[in-house]
Amino acid sequence: MSTGLEKRTTQVEVTEDDLEALLGDRVLGRDDHLNAPGFVIRPDDVQDVLADLRDEAGFDHLSCLTAQQYPDRYESIYHLKKYADPTQEVSVVVPTSTDDPVSQSAEPVFRTADWHEREAFDLVGIDYEGHPDPRRILLPETWQGHPLSDGYDQEKPQIVTLSEHANPIQPDHHDEESDTMFLNIGPHHPATHGVLHVKTVLDGETVVDIDPDIGYLHRCEEQMCQQGTYRHQIMPYPDRWDYVSAGLLNEWAYARAAEDLADIEVPEYAQIIRTMGAELCRIASHMLALGTFALDVYGDFTAVFQYAFRDREVVQDILEDLTGQRLMFNYFRLGGVAWDLPEPRDEFIAKTRDFLDELPAKVDEYNDMITSNEIFQIRCHNTGVLEPEEVKDYGCTGPVARGSGVDYDLRRDDPYGYYENLEWDVVTEDGCDNYARVLVRMQEVEESAKIIEQCLDLLEDWPEDDREVQANVPRTLKPDADTEVYRAVEGAKGELGIYIRSDGTDKPGRFKIRSPCFHNLSALEVMSEGEYIPDLVASLGSLDIVLGEVDR
Amino acid sequence: MSSNNPRQSIHDSTAPSTDTRDSRIGEGPDDRFNSKLREAFGASPFILTKFDQFMNWVRGNSMFMLQFGIACCSIEMIHTYAIKHDLDRFGAGVPRASPRQADVMIVPGTIVSKFGPRMKRVYDQMPEPKFVVGMGSCTISGGPFQEGYNVVKGAEEIIPVDIHVPGCPPRPEALIYGVAKLQERIRNGESSPVVVKPYELEQFGDLPKDELVQKLASEIDEEDLVMRYNWADSP
Repeated sequence: MSTGLEKRTTQVEVTEDDLEALLGDRVLGRDDHLNAPGFVIRPDDVQDVLADLRDEAGFDHLSCLTAQQYPDRYESIYHLKKYADPTQEVSVVVPTSTDDPVSQSAEPVFRTADWHEREAFDLVGIDYEGHPDPRRILLPETWQGHPLSDGYDQEKPQIVTLSEHANPIQPDHHDEESDTMFLNIGPHHPATHGVLHVKTVLDGETVVDIDPDIGYLHRCEEQMCQQGTYRHQIMPYPDRWDYVSAGLLNEWAYARAAEDLADIEVPEYAQIIRTMGAELCRIASHMLALGTFALDVYGDFTAVFQYAFRDREVVQDILEDLTGQRLMFNYFRLGGVAWDLPEPRDEFIAKTRDFLDELPAKVDEYNDMITSNEIFQIRCHNTGVLEPEEVKDYGCTGPVARGSGVDYDLRRDDPYGYYENLEWDVVTEDGCDNYARVLVRMQEVEESAKIIEQCLDLLEDWPEDDREVQANVPRTLKPDADTEVYRAVEGAKGELGIYIRSDGTDKPGRFKIRSPCFHNLSALEVMSEGEYIPDLVASLGSLDIVLGEVDR
Repeated sequence: MSSNNPRQSIHDSTAPSTDTRDSRIGEGPDDRFNSKLREAFGASPFILTKFDQFMNWVRGNSMFMLQFGIACCSIEMIHTYAIKHDLDRFGAGVPRASPRQADVMIVPGTIVSKFGPRMKRVYDQMPEPKFVVGMGSCTISGGPFQEGYNVVKGAEEIIPVDIHVPGCPPRPEALIYGVAKLQERIRNGESSPVVVKPYELEQFGDLPKDELVQKLASEIDEEDLVMRYNWADSP
């Protein structure tokens, strides 16, 4: 089998020596991670170093920012990658002192650092000098203390206000000079796909300014993972990040990071099952995105929405047969999967094949009803435009990036699982608008179907005595202290990354989740400012955010 | 056969005497209201019931749900409304986007500190009588996130809950069962017990002036509504 997956652009590899030469004496030391070389720099060199790495060495993707506290220092780690080749990574480590944790903001270099640094301030308590908007982001404004810093007392009482919940009908937010109106959308609103609050300033029907207010579903996922043991206690949580049936994709993110950390080899057979399950999840997730988008854009609760859920039911049935659960699968284990395909195998394979056989007709039906619908086209074409440069600036990934022509898919570019041995294509569209993003998702469903088909062929013919579903993994995992790894997989919404630092015990010292929805949502401002308010709703729908993953 | 006797052209049987024409002109007591229905109801051709019992019956069979998605459970809740499970079959499946039009609030997911006051407000906006179905473990105790620094340990800390549906998430069948149980209770006129609600919205100025309140006094207006979370007292 050949892969048939060739990236359009090729880039010269930057070696560590090049990077050292580039950064020169700004490097205070090295702090290498398992995935990338790490350079320690001074807190006032951040913008300088990141700008150089971006412009001179081509690291144009600020994938993640991890903040954490050690006994003697705070540390911000900027995980940089290249959109052209995400296997080239570099970590920029910025230590700051415990009594005065001030670090320079990276926001002028990467726009996406804005939200990340707000989160780091909120949860860990590092101040970023020069940050344009240093507010809390996940916790309420009136919160006391920084929960992921040392010595935080969880028992302390807290007071949360309802003041943001102003009545939008009253003219109390009327700015008389510019004659604009302030409008709260959410946190309880049918178009926000959960509990998102968008503070919107309108001039007539035009959106002048928006400020997505998140954190209404911040349920301490990172803390929960830091309290669990590697082997079994963490795996149930990823299901609940992106809960739109994308569970296996999320579990894979944790599995990949932890397997790299503990050096576990996954049997080939298990990789195929993982690949198949993950793609089934992707189909279910994209179906939901499609159905709710139709609901958002032209209120189609009857046809498209119900059809999409009908098809999701079929996928969920298959996944239930495989994993035993409809939504929260908890099926992956470190080193493989929980169990083999259900018996009788033939029945399961036949059932899955039936679904795949029916899928093309269904996709045609969706195309008839959605993408070739004139109303839909008018609503989506040229609305919510997101240029490729903005995609990179905001760190957008997944269908959002691919809908803007950024050819970036970790399944191909940073191969894991069994993807590199299968025949499939990465879908990109150059439209940059809401319409392009829908097209990408619909075509990705077909690509996923191709992958599942090939996996089924392989699984069907796999010799019976070689069906190893789990590697031999020690009961208690204790990776070496101070090993750090950042690994990402292609989730349903984009690059889902996990940073783990081990502290020598059987629980992670720091567990950081890089959520694709968090980045995608931060780009909403460029997509909707200056547009009409109905287009804001359409843009929000086409980003396909899941608040569980935005807030974590 | 004349059109005065339509029934006899359909059925052969004439018992009990449904021939109203005969009964009208016939001798003896006037039994023109005799019918199968009357046989079923006994001596009186009317249904006698208490008005509130009737209202309870109506209420239980026509419930407008609040379209209220919080977290993972809302996905299963949508599936309950959608094809295959179709909650509407049970007279309880019209999701309303506005709390002003809703009778039942299904709380589908984890409630965190920032969302607590908003949920309380949404609940307060629903017209009486209102009912709450707590869906999933998070609304019972905080579920898998119970130990989180930001997670309210169950919906009942903030609003009264009539029916708890356990599961993480509950299957759609389980939610249907929960809703059916709620309908049964409503039909029988059973009201849910009044529960103690530890977390209430209060004006900031009314809170006891402890250290935290004094610290926040410069940020929060006296009249602002706030909710005070006493995490140490949580179960």
